[in-house]
Amino acid sequence: MADLTANLAGIVSPNPFWLASAPPTNTYGQVARAFDNGWGGAVWKTIGQPIVNVYSRYGGLDIGTQRLMGLNNIELITDRPIEDNIKEMRLLKKRYPKHALIASLMVESKREAWHEIVKRTQGETGCDGFELNFGCPHGMSERGMGAAVGQVPEYCAQIVEWVKEVSTIPVIVKLTPNVGDITYPARAAKKGGGDAISLINTINSLIGVDLDRMAPRPHVNGKGSHGGYCGPAVKPIALNMISAITTDPETAMVPISGIGGVSNWRDAAEFIALGCDNVQVCTAVMHYGFRIVEDMIDGLSHWMDEKGYETLSDFKGKAAPSVTKWENLNLNHFMRASIDHEKCVGCELCYIACEDGAHQALKLVQKGGRRLVEVKEDMCVGCNLCSLVCPVPDCISMVHVENGALDVTWKEFSAGKGKLADRPQHYTDIEE
Amino acid sequence: MSRTTPSTSTTATTATKSGVRVALPGQQVGSADVAANFADIAPPLSAGEAFAESARCLYCYDAPCTNVCPTHIDVPAFIKKIHSGNLRGAARVILDANPMGHSCARACPVEVLCEGACVMNEAEHRPIQIARLQRHATDALLERGFALFTPAPPSGKKVAVVGGGPAGLACAQELRRHGHDVVIYDAHAKPGGLNTYGIAQYKLTPEAALAEADTILKLGVTFRGNTVVGRDVAFDDLVRDHDALFIGFGLGATNQLGIPGEDKAGVIDALSFIEHLKDKPYGAYRVPDRVLVIGAGNTAVDAATQARRLGAREVAFVYRRGPDEASAYAYEMELARNDGCLFHFWATPLEVVGGAHVDGLKVKTPDGEQVLAAGMVIKAIGQEKQGTALRGFGVAVDDKGRAVVDAQRKTSRAKVWAGGDCVNGGKEIVNAAEDGKQAARAIHASFA
Repeated sequence: MADLTANLAGIVSPNPFWLASAPPTNTYGQVARAFDNGWGGAVWKTIGQPIVNVYSRYGGLDIGTQRLMGLNNIELITDRPIEDNIKEMRLLKKRYPKHALIASLMVESKREAWHEIVKRTQGETGCDGFELNFGCPHGMSERGMGAAVGQVPEYCAQIVEWVKEVSTIPVIVKLTPNVGDITYPARAAKKGGGDAISLINTINSLIGVDLDRMAPRPHVNGKGSHGGYCGPAVKPIALNMISAITTDPETAMVPISGIGGVSNWRDAAEFIALGCDNVQVCTAVMHYGFRIVEDMIDGLSHWMDEKGYETLSDFKGKAAPSVTKWENLNLNHFMRASIDHEKCVGCELCYIACEDGAHQALKLVQKGGRRLVEVKEDMCVGCNLCSLVCPVPDCISMVHVENGALDVTWKEFSAGKGKLADRPQHYTDIEE
Repeated sequence: MSRTTPSTSTTATTATKSGVRVALPGQQVGSADVAANFADIAPPLSAGEAFAESARCLYCYDAPCTNVCPTHIDVPAFIKKIHSGNLRGAARVILDANPMGHSCARACPVEVLCEGACVMNEAEHRPIQIARLQRHATDALLERGFALFTPAPPSGKKVAVVGGGPAGLACAQELRRHGHDVVIYDAHAKPGGLNTYGIAQYKLTPEAALAEADTILKLGVTFRGNTVVGRDVAFDDLVRDHDALFIGFGLGATNQLGIPGEDKAGVIDALSFIEHLKDKPYGAYRVPDRVLVIGAGNTAVDAATQARRLGAREVAFVYRRGPDEASAYAYEMELARNDGCLFHFWATPLEVVGGAHVDGLKVKTPDGEQVLAAGMVIKAIGQEKQGTALRGFGVAVDDKGRAVVDAQRKTSRAKVWAGGDCVNGGKEIVNAAEDGKQAARAIHASFA
């Protein structure tokens, strides 16, 4: 049985599944129930500057019958009194000593304000670490906090320094994805002395428009505001930002808590394979409740057993070295679609996708009373589209085509080295 | 759906495999049971079901469901419109291709057409529920009163349509869209033909058939009911007074058995039996304990299942050949079996026995002659072709008594087109609808 113990910058938890700082970690009752269900850690809903929340706070993005592919919110940090939060965190840590409990903080950008909240929280709660919320893109950013800090590397580094002046426990810096290049705030977090980073916070978004009211969703009495976007739909953005940090020599060794659309053990394994030490989950819990962690633990253990990984560090970062720049990809590695006509159900989605949407490399042929889709071998560029639209598992596979050519990358080829193998040419004869 | 515990029935009935409530020995089925037995066999989809089911559709390119449909409804297109919330657009796609889209959604043999061709049969062993989705879109049209088609400005051309069933109504819709004047002549009081009078109640109610007919009549079609062409109106007069004619008057009376005792009380033909049920409150019809249905076609199944659903203890088919020769669709035979109907295969009717009223049917079987007890004998051995009437109209007829037409549904007589059962010998609503639509297009082209 695999050992799922996770260690993020010295913060140890029984497994890598933490609840992200969000509505599920708003109260003692919720987090206690989550720990009872098996969650390894929780980042308490951000405490700090007093706020008031609006009614109507979340908006969902559905794809087909799948609800909440994406979720956006205009809810701010906790609106409960700071005393209540501190008391509940203290009780929780006392009763669940083996679980990781992290205090998420956000106050105005003043040294005294940060010193005060850090000292008070670590003294009175016994929490295992801090997470500095430099990410919220809505509401708090209008008041110079959250993403307003995360978007300026200098502010980011400065506040981390202030916190580190008084903190006796590990400090995680939570980054906003609402930047052009995530490596700058990541470097700033490290420069300021942060022990770890967590990302991504929510993405600035407007989830939709109510066409009857002619107002954004969600709206408060007919008016709406941009919010923070999360859920399964943002996972690719999170993975890309994490790989940018783990492949940057300056930040490659910084411990990372991965956040962004993690819904099951497989998602978590992908984040860890790119270099994360643990993951944080919010939307999936807001959708289905704390019980989902059971399969996260069970599935990850079984998969690790199958693969022969005994601990998380056995596969942590294993996929990171494969992430490279486009210019390093081999231009002479040819792939081609191969269709299994025994499995094909005849929907012809591959045909029309290729014909209208890609490279005109499939054709319809009548054979033995059936109409079949066949690959035009001289036209297929191995783009994968047909295999992506095919509804039948393993019906279309992409196979390697041996072309006898030596490897050559764009970097080499543009420098005058190497030779390109002959490739399909999409000529058209258009009458002038 | 809320989580409720199913209530226990207090009536003295039990359910068959298909859910039909039948009486326990010594009991009668109650009117509530009969009402339940005649409820929609394929009930409407809820909005949520329609959304989920439409999401399953793959949106095939050059889709098999569309290709196999005689009217070529663009099925993936209307299903995606349902999914996007464009019900009006979905209804238009359906009714543009098939003016009988409402009734086809309920009574079309989709198992051997669109749903049978669906690639999801292979992909998931479960086709898209095309018929029920089609009903979802066409019901929405009726509920919300969408007006899909507007007649073109009057063309000045007049067309007479003989028969107001599926073929005639489809023809009328298409002609009105082109601005031509249309008068339908029909022997029945109400429009719809067999849709209104001849399809099992649990598939298609007269209310639904009439609502569909009404959408077409509302385009400005004149309906002359209780009018038999050839008796009340001379066909030649119609030819003289109109620019074109369409004959879509279906088939004739049910065929005779030609055996002794056929005229006894309690011997009824299937179409009259079904029509009687549909024209009156269905609970009012009393069936005896034992019913025999002669024949094994789709109409025989409609008659047998309804007799059973009305409360007959024992309903049995009598068929002179074996199960493989039965002309009913396999899924119809399955329905009859699940309703608890019995089968006497290889049994040839010889004589209806009894006094003034039928007591039984003498049949010849491989084991010799025997008398099957019955309080009612329903004849479902096909309908007569209309050869005599068609010849009377001056239209060429083939050796089976069917009107001969070309690809445009044009008959041998000038200005006269024909379609539906009187041409194909008895097929589905969808075939009649396609004939009517194509004939209307040809008639319109002939005016150019």
